[in-house]
Amino acid sequence: MSTALVTDLTIFVLALLVGIEVIGKVPATLHTPLMSAANSIHGVVLVGALLIGLTAHTTVGYILAFVAAFFAAANVVGGYVVTGRMLKMFRRKAQPAPAQAAPAQAALNGQGQDKVQEARR
Amino acid sequence: MNTFDTNIQLVYILAAACFVVGLHLMNSPATARRGNQVSTAGMIIAVVITLVLLIHDGTVTAVGWTVLIIGALLGSVVGLYSARTVQMTAMPQLVSMFNAVGGGAAALVAVYGYIHDESAPGGVLGSTSVFTVLDVIIGSVTFTGSLIAAGKLQGIITSSPVMIRGGRAINLAIAAIALGSAAFMLTTASLPALLLVVLASLAFGVLMVLPIGGADMPVVISLLNAFTGTAVAMAGFVIQNWGLIIAGALVGASGGILTKLMADAMNRSLGNIIMGGFGTGDTAIAVAVSGDAQIRSIAADDAAIQLAYASKVIIVPGYGLAAAQAQHGVAELAALLEDRGVEVSYAIHPVAGRMPGHMNVLLAEANVPYPQLKEMDEINPEFPRADVALVIGANDVTNPAARRPGTAISGMPILDVDQAKSIIVVKRSMGHGYAGIDNELYTNPKTSMYFADAKRAVAEMTAAVKTLVG
Repeated sequence: MSTALVTDLTIFVLALLVGIEVIGKVPATLHTPLMSAANSIHGVVLVGALLIGLTAHTTVGYILAFVAAFFAAANVVGGYVVTGRMLKMFRRKAQPAPAQAAPAQAALNGQGQDKVQEARR
Repeated sequence: MNTFDTNIQLVYILAAACFVVGLHLMNSPATARRGNQVSTAGMIIAVVITLVLLIHDGTVTAVGWTVLIIGALLGSVVGLYSARTVQMTAMPQLVSMFNAVGGGAAALVAVYGYIHDESAPGGVLGSTSVFTVLDVIIGSVTFTGSLIAAGKLQGIITSSPVMIRGGRAINLAIAAIALGSAAFMLTTASLPALLLVVLASLAFGVLMVLPIGGADMPVVISLLNAFTGTAVAMAGFVIQNWGLIIAGALVGASGGILTKLMADAMNRSLGNIIMGGFGTGDTAIAVAVSGDAQIRSIAADDAAIQLAYASKVIIVPGYGLAAAQAQHGVAELAALLEDRGVEVSYAIHPVAGRMPGHMNVLLAEANVPYPQLKEMDEINPEFPRADVALVIGANDVTNPAARRPGTAISGMPILDVDQAKSIIVVKRSMGHGYAGIDNELYTNPKTSMYFADAKRAVAEMTAAVKTLVG
């Protein structure tokens, strides 16, 4: 086993333990934003996608680089934006909602509602 | 490692530290937004330093740059659009899609690494390691598994368990093919073996998620989240990047913890969920509610009197509330009661929704202040002090039968709704929950049933409270 591999494994194991320690303290109220935040963090695979470009000189290489960059960028950008959007909704005190927000929401909610079965849990 | 490379790795560690601090700040709603900003900053650092590395290296071809930039830009547009337009009820689908693309990208990184080595002079497999193989397998399984999960959540694919005859045997065969070819890949440079691993893993992802029912989605999403994190960490081993290793490990830990919490909240083992359970008819043991059990129904006026003159009301929302789009109405009713001095809080079961914490987001969107959102362990001791428990769209998680052995939900942690002085259950009919058993709460002498669609019922109660207290 090479030194580099041992270093990598050490980092992996310690990061796993840090993750368990840090995330175990997140309250259930924030579990959805937490998962969404974790989702954006694994978008760091964008780095890996970009690095493909270093050695890609064939059609197959270019295609793989393109798809990987596309996937990872969607993951990163979408993840951070939607996490921010969710967290903005958590308020300590109720605020009067903006006047036009309610009808817009109602219109959105109308779509696809029949698809949703009555949930029973 | 020369100085430049070392400095680059140090910057990746800085980015990873931002991710850790960002997640740490998520431990309170008050600091969570700052956490997301810190995490975003870390991501920007990681991407910028990678671009610096690419420019410094100078070996990226013009086509390479074009491909990367167009790919990343298109991806960003798609990500941005879906993040801006998604409804909060559809969050689980979106998270699933992000799991899919994240896992897919991680798998592609390893696939490229393998192909690149394979095409190198002499077909040297120096860097092909067990990590390459694991990355390809986990990433591919996550990709199709998450797509199927998203399809089920969106209602494109039926949310009831899809059982294939001999499914387990097929799964085992596919897993054997994937692992066999993977072992071959490690020893011999072989493109067909790689292709076989990818295809078998993709098929395995589909077959793994298809038999899982809609009620188990919170567990499945968490599990796939953990898979994605692990795949990204493996990609980090493949390209020797500490940023990816740390980020992947963090996400793996987060997904793992949430998977365990969700499985515990349903008192089911992970294996039991993966193998298919609720809704398949083989685990449900019917509990006979004695024939003379009386069901009391209630009208809006009586419900309004109970609510308006209570001193403490606990609202118990289930996914039925969100399905009926009644969360805004409930928030309005709660605000009205609060104005009258009634103490209102919400009892949120861990699996009330389609992903961990989903119900909290739906209520936060409806302008419910987060201090009113109470976790199960926090709210259960408060039920005996509650004058009214208002159950809307929740079923199995309120069933006292869970406290007795011998039922389909025995041992599942439940909300102690039956401890409240009076209980109002809003429900469309006497239909069963996912577990397929009668809810003993409904025949409790303290319980009144309000038969209506959640949205209509809430609107009627709100109107009645307004007339009553004028």
